[in-house]
Amino acid sequence: MLLAHLPILIVVLPLVAAPLVVLVRHGGVGWAVALGVSAASTAMSVAVLAEVPGTGVLSYAIGSWEPPWGIEYRIDAGNALVALLVSAVATIVLPAAKRTVLLEVGADREYLFYALFLLCLCGLLGIALTGDAFNVFVFLEISSLATYALIALGRDRRALTAAYQYLLLGTIGATLYVIGVGLLYLVTGTLNFADMAQRLPAVVDRRPVIAGLAFITVGMGLKAAIFPLHAWLPNAYAHAPSAVSAFLAATATKVSLYVMMRVYYSVIGAPTAFGAEPTGAILMALSIAALLVGSGAAIVQRDLRLMLAFSSVGQIGYITLGISLASAAGMTAAMAHLINHGLTKGALFLLVAGVALRLGGTRFEQIAGLGRTMPITSFAIVIGGLSLIGVPGTAGFASKWALVVAAIGAGLWWVAAIVLASSLLALAYVWKFVEAAYLSAPPAGAPARGEAPADVTVPALVLTAAVVAFGLHATPVLEASSRAASAFLRGWP
Amino acid sequence: MTGGAGAALALAIPFLAVPGIWLARRRPNVREAVTFLAAVSLCGLVMSLAPAVLCGERPAIDLFEMLPGLSVALKVEPLGWLFAAVASSLWVVSTFYSAGYLRGNDEGHQTRFFACFALSLGAAVGVAFAGNLLTLFLFYELLTLVTWPLVTHHGTEEAKRGGRVYLGLLVGTSVLFLLPAIVATWVIAGTLEFAADGILAGKLDASSAAVLLALFMFGIGKAALMPFHRWLPAAMVAPTPVSALLHAVAVVKAGAFCVIKVVVGVFGIETLAGLGGAAWLTAVAGFTLIAASVVALRADNLKRRLAYSTVSQLAYVTMAASLLTPLAVMGAALHLVAHAFGKITLFFAAGSIYTAAHKTAVSELDGIGRVMPWTMGAFAIGALSMIGLPPAAGFLSKWFILSGAMSAADWLAVAVLAVSTLLNAGYYLPIVFRAFFVAPGTPSAGVREAPLAMVASQVVTAGACVALFAFPGPVIGFARAVAGG
Amino acid sequence: MTTLGHLGYWATVALLMTGLYIVIARGHLVKKLVGLGLFQSSVYLLYIVPGKLVGGTSPIVDQGARVYSNPLPHVLILTAIVVGVATLAVGLALAVRIREAYGTVEEDEILAADDHDG
Repeated sequence: MLLAHLPILIVVLPLVAAPLVVLVRHGGVGWAVALGVSAASTAMSVAVLAEVPGTGVLSYAIGSWEPPWGIEYRIDAGNALVALLVSAVATIVLPAAKRTVLLEVGADREYLFYALFLLCLCGLLGIALTGDAFNVFVFLEISSLATYALIALGRDRRALTAAYQYLLLGTIGATLYVIGVGLLYLVTGTLNFADMAQRLPAVVDRRPVIAGLAFITVGMGLKAAIFPLHAWLPNAYAHAPSAVSAFLAATATKVSLYVMMRVYYSVIGAPTAFGAEPTGAILMALSIAALLVGSGAAIVQRDLRLMLAFSSVGQIGYITLGISLASAAGMTAAMAHLINHGLTKGALFLLVAGVALRLGGTRFEQIAGLGRTMPITSFAIVIGGLSLIGVPGTAGFASKWALVVAAIGAGLWWVAAIVLASSLLALAYVWKFVEAAYLSAPPAGAPARGEAPADVTVPALVLTAAVVAFGLHATPVLEASSRAASAFLRGWP
Repeated sequence: MTGGAGAALALAIPFLAVPGIWLARRRPNVREAVTFLAAVSLCGLVMSLAPAVLCGERPAIDLFEMLPGLSVALKVEPLGWLFAAVASSLWVVSTFYSAGYLRGNDEGHQTRFFACFALSLGAAVGVAFAGNLLTLFLFYELLTLVTWPLVTHHGTEEAKRGGRVYLGLLVGTSVLFLLPAIVATWVIAGTLEFAADGILAGKLDASSAAVLLALFMFGIGKAALMPFHRWLPAAMVAPTPVSALLHAVAVVKAGAFCVIKVVVGVFGIETLAGLGGAAWLTAVAGFTLIAASVVALRADNLKRRLAYSTVSQLAYVTMAASLLTPLAVMGAALHLVAHAFGKITLFFAAGSIYTAAHKTAVSELDGIGRVMPWTMGAFAIGALSMIGLPPAAGFLSKWFILSGAMSAADWLAVAVLAVSTLLNAGYYLPIVFRAFFVAPGTPSAGVREAPLAMVASQVVTAGACVALFAFPGPVIGFARAVAGG
Repeated sequence: MTTLGHLGYWATVALLMTGLYIVIARGHLVKKLVGLGLFQSSVYLLYIVPGKLVGGTSPIVDQGARVYSNPLPHVLILTAIVVGVATLAVGLALAVRIREAYGTVEEDEILAADDHDG
């Protein structure tokens, strides 16, 4: 009985918890509730993922209004995996959030932080699980509005401008998405993704469909920070509260990328999106530009957080590159990198949160000699960095392997070459950190040797351990990704 | 204990030593004892695998699945055994030497040094026992990463620069060329397991074979094929024990090992010979051989001269492998062993000279043999091995390579070998001559032999050079097994 | 359909582009939000205009009525309006906070202050 309602419970639980946290007005309670809800969502996501093995699709009609009239939650191996990533990262980040939030946001606004966090979580999970195009927009705005406020809570005033900038671009993105959905709605008369997919082939006038595709691509591209629509991302990630950076970097753009995959493969269909229209070529060109520009810009940053944020721009390029290949292998690589990069960046931003906590900042001159002042954290950052490069034995290698196999399998040697060449850019920025941490003396007045408090360090190390574990034994991630990829390619008939 | 478990244990020993080394960081003697214990047990374990391997057994074990359908797997075969045996036995010797050197020169970060050293050895054993290309790549990259702290040990600007070149070239070539080559092999052959006659038979045409071979050969940057050789001289900023064991044995031999392994186990000698895709490689290796020797001839810094000599000697292995005859492959395997013992002796001697006399230039060595007879005596034997003269091991391997070149009727290779021997003599013999027969220009007061641990180490390795020449039976047995006969 | 028949779309496009232009061209943070509001309201038109059928009745099931307007776009746009209001509220709140922190709501002055911070 309860099991049948899991799809909606995953989303409703954080939605209900958020106002409760506001009512209770207590930071500690807020934190505990947020943690409990995240853990419950994770458990439910696992249960749902187990429910949709291989070919199954789980459909849930909200309020028993039968689809396509009512809103349908439609879950397959693809979005169940995304939901699991989002809720699991939230569960791991929250223990580390307690201390950093108290310090960065302040005790008086602590409970509001957790209410916003829950709303953000609810929005991201809702986007992942819903099967309704307009519902995606609603959840997108729920998560975005919460995100703007969360970013604005950051440590210095630049967080405010970063949040404002993100608000402008995020709203434009969401509006463009909803225009695209409107155009598709005009020609199909339905908002249900699965229903839309069924009706689209019969549509005679293709122009609104193509226009809709273009609007959705640009809109979601903005939210996903696909080059050159990434301008909001570096500042937002760099100036947000530490816990928010870690959570968003691991999940927010990933969910938008998921929507793109869903629309391309399950709704419009690969033959139209990638056969008749040049989506693949455009996406591939932008991805390659992202790899080179994002990683290149990361090299010249003077702040560790900004460096990681620009690296995200580059790493998102790997995911979109996988999408653009329009093959099962490419989609497997995209999904695998979506997860692996989520874990890696989550770990890195949490580790950096610990660094900021102890050293008061993350500029390169402040973190000089980090290998001596915070040996464990520093070493873990190196491991995360190796995953960004794609060194074997780390999660980043597995997805890069899958991507190169997909590119070479499609005969695109030059794409494989660019993917690998861009790893060297990653090597350059990671090594900038290594040299700062291990070959420079700590600045005068640096604190004595010691790690950040365990509640910050341990979750970060758990994620780092996951990066290594999924690097040495990448089969589970790659197999789940492969199942997700075939779920996307099969569509929702 | 089955052979496969033995291989896994051998791989684990150096990694297990690291926590021990770290725990004993406050007590140097205990710390070095841990390293020594690990080295001895690793060496013993590898030796214990010898009879089975010689009898044709190939102990194998699948550790865990890394990517779907691709496991991290170990498999001990003759070439890998040879490499592991050389690396582990020399680890024992160099532990003594390192302790003497680091204490003699008051080096810092000694715990980090020994820990990274153990990790490097673990990675080298992983490369040696790798059962497939993926495992090989995993440990190959690990080897690069864990040797980087050793290269930049001094933390100076110069060390930083050297470290950048080192990492940039080794990771760069492996990611840009080796990884796509491995992926392409996986896509084409559907497997990455090494096989005695290759896994690409009948799946390639001549031109794609040449391209794939080029990706592999330039991708294995550790083999220092020109133009990707510059990391090796750059790595000479490291303390001398590092140059000795890692940049004369473990790291560069990992490169040479990979070259032979790819030519034999991935392409297959006959397949490659049938496709005729390796002629260019003979030429490139020949060029590297001669060019590196010429650079060595002009280098005044002793370690730099030794480094370019290594580049040149590695090219022997690559060239021998490219000749694609069983005799030449046998020579390549032998050279892997012979060069290791010879070059480590030379580096040990260079380190002893630095420790005892603080001299780094060839031109400063006049008459040093009179005050450091043991050191320079060992150096002379190492030099003979490099040139390929009896009574040193280098003679054997060059003999087989030359025979291989002749049996392949590759006169270019024969000519290269002849010229390079002259060049080798040209840059090694003057050092020996200066050391023993030229009177010291300025009386170097107070210079004595290096510490006992260092002298003993180099005498042992020099002795091994001679012993390998005198009793080559077992090693030749393994080399013959490598060539598949 | 005639050009006049597309009037609703023309209005949509005009609002869309005007709004976007203001967001890009104006440096005043509040004016940008006004532009953003215009930009969003274009969507309202896009959805609602096609919902109305000439000659159709209200969407009430009744005998005799065969043609009626589609109610769903209205529902959707009600939601979108709520979202728009919320966005504007958050945007304005941020503008207020930015003014408190920087003493200005002009974009170039804020950027200059940030550069000064390094």
